Amino acid sequence: MNPSTLPQFLLRNARDFPGAPAMREKDRGIWREWTWAEYRDHVRAVALGLVKLGFKRGDKLAALSDNRPQLYAALLAAQAAGGVTVPLYQDSIARELRYVIDHADAKFVLAEDQEQVDKLLELKASLPKVEKVFYADPKGLRHYADPILMPLEELEKSGRALAAEQPQLFEELVAAGRAEDIAVFSYTSGTTGAPKGAMLSHANYLAAVRGILEVERFERTDEVLAYLPLAWIGESFFSLGCALIAGFTVNCPERPETVLENLKEIGPQIVIAPPRIWENLVSTIQVRMEDASRFKRALYRALLPAGEEAARREMEKQPVSPGLRLRRAIGEILVFAPLRDRLGMRRVRYAYTGGAPLGPEVFLFFRGIGLNLKQVYGQTETTGIGWVQRDGDVKLGTVGKPYPNVEMRVGEAGEVLSRGPAIFVGYYKNPEATAQAVRDGWLHSGDAAMLDPDGHLIVIDRVKDVTTLGDGTRFAPQFIENKLKFSPYVKEAVAVGQDRPFVAAMINIDMENVGKWAERRAIAYTTYADLAQKRAVYDLIGREVERVNRDLPEAARIQKYVLLHKELDPDDDEVTRTRKVRRGFVASKYAGIIAALYSEAPSVAVTTTITYQDGRQATLQTELAIRSAGAGFAAAAG
Amino acid sequence: MDGPAGGIQLSVEGVAKHFGGVRAVDDVSMDVHKGEILSVIGPNGAGKTTLLNCISGVFHPDGGRIRLEGADIGGLSPSRVAARGVARTFQNIALFRGMTVVDNLMLGRHLHMRNGVVSSLAFWGPAQREEVAHRKVVEDIVDFLEIEAIRKQPVGSLPYGLQKRVELGRALALHPKVLLLDEPMGGTNHEEKEDMARFILDVNDEWRTTIILIEHDMGVVMDISQRVVVLDLGRKITEGSPAEVKADPRVIRAYLGTKAAL
Repeated sequence: MNPSTLPQFLLRNARDFPGAPAMREKDRGIWREWTWAEYRDHVRAVALGLVKLGFKRGDKLAALSDNRPQLYAALLAAQAAGGVTVPLYQDSIARELRYVIDHADAKFVLAEDQEQVDKLLELKASLPKVEKVFYADPKGLRHYADPILMPLEELEKSGRALAAEQPQLFEELVAAGRAEDIAVFSYTSGTTGAPKGAMLSHANYLAAVRGILEVERFERTDEVLAYLPLAWIGESFFSLGCALIAGFTVNCPERPETVLENLKEIGPQIVIAPPRIWENLVSTIQVRMEDASRFKRALYRALLPAGEEAARREMEKQPVSPGLRLRRAIGEILVFAPLRDRLGMRRVRYAYTGGAPLGPEVFLFFRGIGLNLKQVYGQTETTGIGWVQRDGDVKLGTVGKPYPNVEMRVGEAGEVLSRGPAIFVGYYKNPEATAQAVRDGWLHSGDAAMLDPDGHLIVIDRVKDVTTLGDGTRFAPQFIENKLKFSPYVKEAVAVGQDRPFVAAMINIDMENVGKWAERRAIAYTTYADLAQKRAVYDLIGREVERVNRDLPEAARIQKYVLLHKELDPDDDEVTRTRKVRRGFVASKYAGIIAALYSEAPSVAVTTTITYQDGRQATLQTELAIRSAGAGFAAAAG
Repeated sequence: MDGPAGGIQLSVEGVAKHFGGVRAVDDVSMDVHKGEILSVIGPNGAGKTTLLNCISGVFHPDGGRIRLEGADIGGLSPSRVAARGVARTFQNIALFRGMTVVDNLMLGRHLHMRNGVVSSLAFWGPAQREEVAHRKVVEDIVDFLEIEAIRKQPVGSLPYGLQKRVELGRALALHPKVLLLDEPMGGTNHEEKEDMARFILDVNDEWRTTIILIEHDMGVVMDISQRVVVLDLGRKITEGSPAEVKADPRVIRAYLGTKAAL
């Protein structure tokens, strides 16, 4: 029988190549491995343990953990028992957790460690449907007496006892699974309103993975590093779906802070990262180059343009002259290959960016240093990824073409519509939202886009975010923001201008890079807010604004900007956990600053309430300077 | 939290230490029970650090006795006290700044290393096996203190709060029975304080390590210790549970006129 659920693929892998590595995790400084057979044994133990505790088909298990083999095993175990898994963002605050766990009707929750257990115990009273909380790491929990708690080890032990009594039970449970069973509730953080739980079936995962396998070549011997939260559909598509179906090895980083080091140790063939990470990498490289020896810096500056130019010509399908080829070849030996090696990307066959638009400059940079970076596109509701740029047909500024099994068209108002077997089942307990999203069988993405003559999709912005100035000029805020964010000194930016006479921007400086820049110039500063309000920093960012303006049509140029006193933070609801700006919320929260941007005032006073990690609140008072674009030069000269 | 967990592990009996005419510690007695967290508090110059120095062997007490599990350790050298299972951290961090975190922790293990210079010169056989075993212990501590990301970094390049954490790690590497912590949270920010408090509780919980803590932050002291001893001008003025000590008029008097607030 052909496997038709994710646990059935696990059994296939454990049968066909039991000794091959399935999972690795760095623990106590050493990479430790689970073979497919061991992976299956863990899943069996957890699944039967769940069954013994009364977990039935259709029950839900929520999971709050960094990516670790135990997490994957628990998710698959719940699915093996016919249940649904609900991965949660580890850095969620209590209110968000409570909403999702309760809305999903989770019966059991897996927590990684004391920190997560504490969060859950605090919410216990408002989570009446939760019967047990399992924890993977017992450190600090030895004396917790709450009967709702149970160590994962104990769950596995009771599962192994049941396996000894009924050796066929696990295989029977897995065999009873059907493709149309729901595998995952993926809660979309959503830039507006409460999160919605997208129901994804095993058939959805299979269709999405088969879609990508028709156009990309994933090998059983490939390695990936799973460092993004599994609650993000892109990660669960790759490290759960693709890994099981293509049979490659998933590596879990030692800690979130060691990802770059672990990347070097693993040397993956496939890498997926959201724009934020690619942007950070470019910033890091640029800053390191500033500190590098003069010789290295000269080489980098001389050869990088050749790499970028060659990459651009190839993408535009223009001939690459022999001279340029030669310079790129020299660059490859002296700069690009060593740089890729430093990033742990020497063996990368496919590097993907997705989840949000990536600035063309960043994209070109990575292609310029010889990395096969490609844009992917999709939504939670298309089970992650449905569009990918094909090798040899990568076009700058597009997200490529849909998989062969995804049907696509651009609807009214330029909205991207799609249909096919990977389209989700619906939102859990929310038929209205489902009916809104899927009309006449087409999934409405809410993304504004257009098709280029070759059929490549160009995503512009969210349909509802496309902004109209007072004089009727339309512009896409995200486009401007991404250009700003290409600067290593800009962490986040929000462009505004609805019904206003011009475009203005609120900018978050990048504390680390601007801090280093300030240190090199002996500019003393104390806090983020203090650094952001330095005259020299305004001059620095002013030059970046000028650069961005040069590439923008005159009507859409940034005329005024302000450097914010704090970073936009998901804990303050200003950005989502996947770092998308919640425009409506930001516009109302910063209404005072925005009003000042459109007045003659030279500065604006702000009082902000900050929510700390533990939920405590504090207020902060600052005076923010407002600058007109171009004034930075005048001030610097004066 | 329950009261004194076990029998008496360390007893201080009438200990005194004079510097010229100054009686830094004057006839102080206290019992430390197995597995408890005991805080020693008092205004600046009350003699807290001097008392800790007497226990750890840095100072030779001028009078009184110090017993660890019944055996007199008063007057032993610091290395001998350490070998008997008493480890400490310092108010001002005492680590090798140019060495990596792991190397600093490995040094903390050296008391447990058996191979001498000659056998270690040939780095295989027993010496190598021993090194591997110690590295395992060190990696457990790295994992416990969540410092994987800085494993290979020189200590001097780390932020202060992390250095404090590494110093705790170096003390833990001894696998001590009694851990003396001299202001582990001094100079750290709020978040670092919370982390450190959690680690101290976890150490106590995980290994049943007896902990004697000197700390200025009264909030932390009251939250994490089972018992509190109060010193003033070198003398013990009272001891008891955090609640009892807080309500004691002598304590309030000792603190009035100084900046510390209870």
